[in-house]
Amino acid sequence: MRVALFITCVNDTLFPDTGRATVRVLERLGHEVVFPLEQTCCGQMHANSGYQLEAVPLVRRFARVFGDPSYDAVVCPSGSCAAMVHDQYARLAELSGDEELARAVTAVAPKVHELSQFLVDVLGVEDVGAYFPHKVTYHPTCHSLRLLKVGDAPLRLLRNVRGLRLVELPEATTCCGFGGTFAVKNADTSTAMLTDKLRSVLDTGAEVCAAVDNSCLMHIGGGLSRQRTGVRTVHLAEILAGTE
Amino acid sequence: MSARDEILGRIHTALADVPADEPPAALLDPVVAAPGDVDRFAERAADYRATVVRADDVAAAVAAACERHDARRLLAPDGLPDWAPEGVELVTDTPAAPLDRDTVAGADGVLTTCALAIAETGTIILDAGPGQGRRALTLLPDLHICVVPADRIVAGVPDAIAELAATRAPITFISGPSATSDIELNRVEGVHGPRRLEIVIAG
Amino acid sequence: MSRPFPEAAREALENTQLRHNLRVATHTIRGKRNAVVSEVPDWEALRDQGARIKEAAMRHLDGHLEQLERSVTAAGGTVHWARDADEANATVARLVREAGSREAIKVKSLATDEIGLNEALAREGITAHETDLAELIVQLGHDRQSHILVPAIHRNRAEIRELFRRELPGTEDLTDEPAALAEAARRHLRERFLSVGVGISGANFAVAETGTVCVVESEGNGRMCTTLPRVLITVMGIEKVLPRFADLGVMLQLLPRSSTGERMNPYTSLWTGVTPGDGPEAFHLVLLDAGRTNVLADPIGRQALHCIRCSACLNVCPVYERTGGHAYESTYPGPIGAILTPQLQGLAAAPTLPWASSLCGACYEVCPVKIDIPSVLVHLRGRVVREAKGDGWRARVAGERLAMEAMARVFASRRRYEAAQRAARAGAWPLSRGGKIERRLPGPLAGWTQARDLPVPGASFRDWWRRERA
Repeated sequence: MRVALFITCVNDTLFPDTGRATVRVLERLGHEVVFPLEQTCCGQMHANSGYQLEAVPLVRRFARVFGDPSYDAVVCPSGSCAAMVHDQYARLAELSGDEELARAVTAVAPKVHELSQFLVDVLGVEDVGAYFPHKVTYHPTCHSLRLLKVGDAPLRLLRNVRGLRLVELPEATTCCGFGGTFAVKNADTSTAMLTDKLRSVLDTGAEVCAAVDNSCLMHIGGGLSRQRTGVRTVHLAEILAGTE
Repeated sequence: MSARDEILGRIHTALADVPADEPPAALLDPVVAAPGDVDRFAERAADYRATVVRADDVAAAVAAACERHDARRLLAPDGLPDWAPEGVELVTDTPAAPLDRDTVAGADGVLTTCALAIAETGTIILDAGPGQGRRALTLLPDLHICVVPADRIVAGVPDAIAELAATRAPITFISGPSATSDIELNRVEGVHGPRRLEIVIAG
Repeated sequence: MSRPFPEAAREALENTQLRHNLRVATHTIRGKRNAVVSEVPDWEALRDQGARIKEAAMRHLDGHLEQLERSVTAAGGTVHWARDADEANATVARLVREAGSREAIKVKSLATDEIGLNEALAREGITAHETDLAELIVQLGHDRQSHILVPAIHRNRAEIRELFRRELPGTEDLTDEPAALAEAARRHLRERFLSVGVGISGANFAVAETGTVCVVESEGNGRMCTTLPRVLITVMGIEKVLPRFADLGVMLQLLPRSSTGERMNPYTSLWTGVTPGDGPEAFHLVLLDAGRTNVLADPIGRQALHCIRCSACLNVCPVYERTGGHAYESTYPGPIGAILTPQLQGLAAAPTLPWASSLCGACYEVCPVKIDIPSVLVHLRGRVVREAKGDGWRARVAGERLAMEAMARVFASRRRYEAAQRAARAGAWPLSRGGKIERRLPGPLAGWTQARDLPVPGASFRDWWRRERA
């Protein structure tokens, strides 16, 4: 397949390794990966902060950049950004009153897939030939869990990684407390939620906490690092990209 | 402008986006009440810490319940079959001669039948029909002995609602003795209403 | 205007008794709720039905209310309409006086809490005696409810014992066993039930088709208040109307399982108007607007009116679990409170509540009538940003708006976006150590850096792509 990579502004700027890993995995599976340089941001921060009208131009840009008919799929190593496209783009297009935009969104949205969903549900692949000899626990991020409904796709992928010991995270489906600007605007409550998530992670004895969203991992990892826990966060893509 | 007119006017304005020809109520599949499993009803009612027995001899079962709670004087609504146990006084309440409040409040217990029961939830339903009485009778005494005819047990809540749809009488659903979970979420029996519920399944 | 949620939350987070009680309570109810929900063969289909029933009820609310009025009147009841809290309170006070009474016994009713009925009656020389155990606890403690269903959840048994000892006669030797506390309440209230001539209740549902009013409860005080007094006054928000009697078959499955986590609550009472010889001689239904028509006017926000007050969303919310209900400063706290309160009271009265959420979506998952709370939160954030009024608030939004507009311009151009990436990298570099910012920063990043390290940008992904792949 000809796959366009939707990297997300957070990954592009702060977690380029996740992007590289995504490319490596897709190419290992024999697909052609292209990276449209015109992409910037999906608009989630604006939309969720109440600036829906300001997000519309970003929706338009996304539809233009990724609407290229030569792309068979648009793959995104971020649950929340893929969810943004599926959950809010149609409504934002409607809000704009621009019927052409609405049509463009309807055309592109079905092609957009979060990485684990693309691998397991679209390609039907659960073993990507990965090797990652570490004890890992998996945190299901809220958008991937409840909006995209990725189900156990990430776990299936992790179970097939050679050398990886997977341990279940207690109270896994409880939100980590990131919530975008919530982490800053309601910092105290966010910290309280983070503390409980960290406790769950540390209780597993895992060395690595994985997820499909670097935004949540930045929050969890930031806490793990500040408290010098000796536990780190790694995006699922980077685990899947590992080889012997 | 009256409050009524103003409120209805506000609603009308607020709903300007609703098409005029839209059906006003959701269409649900019609329910034909299905009979309920007697064992399930017994089990579920017992879950609430009601005492549940099955009996062919109702009078004997009622007598046993009275014995358990040392009840000598029971209220009985109009239209109750003859289930009077020996040694227990039945005081009848009728529309023509309703008992005074002190008598009702001071009785050891009350004996009734029921309109329906729900197997799924272990619920008994009174609808002020024959043998059930007015609501105060099953509210004030501390013990309620309820005879549930097995053929009045329906499967689930929608079945019971379907059976009750035609009535305008007051209806009471009873699922166990009165309880509260307001203190640290412990379910504690018996705040108001009968603290003891004895169910006799007949037939 | 209420205190900003972040401020109120910060204080609540430090209350260790509250944190402990809430954690135990919410986790306990979650478990019970999950157990009884998993028993239902097709819970999702039931939720769908509940959502459709409520949606139809709201979309044709005027017709249903008119039918309700006809049905109740035909059955011997009297219907009153109240535009706002003052009008409702005045109506109730008048009805109590006309009944020749200076007191009333009351079943727990959120609507009456919302309008401050007890206080308004007190000003008229009428005493309203709360009869729910938790409401009694709250009333004796001169306190506020903190949870929709279990209002005294912030109190433990020792605190309750102290309250009872202090306020109820004959309780000097009271232990803190829940059974003993319940017994003390029972004795104290029984006399009231038998003597007070006026009862005041709310309503969980009222059926337009038949005029039937429904009260769902556990303790039996609801039955007492709606059966024993001569006069019954029910105050009900207009959104509680259901079109058809059959709708109760769905609602009475959804509500007990979602609220107390039971297959069925101990007592559910249904009455239609007045029945001679059985119960009150006079029945008055007060239909309350008090802002509900404002909520109705917002096509996206109006689903908040579908709420059946089960509190499932409170019990599953990670924010509520840690801050408790008082931080929301409203009769309606938690996720539903965050969308209902600003719409009922006006956005300016509670402008921070739509942000009191990480948008995790756990509430939407458990709502028995499928209210899409996260979507309404985001929608209300947009309304607050666009409609912001009031001095402090406007200034705050103005500052943020400038930043958001600037960011939007950055994202609108590849050139500006890449320039911003380079600037961020350059700006962060002096603050970093080992690829991280480890210390507390001032300004907008203070909230983040108080508890978390921050990664610093190195070369971007697109830098690598251009170098290696283009």
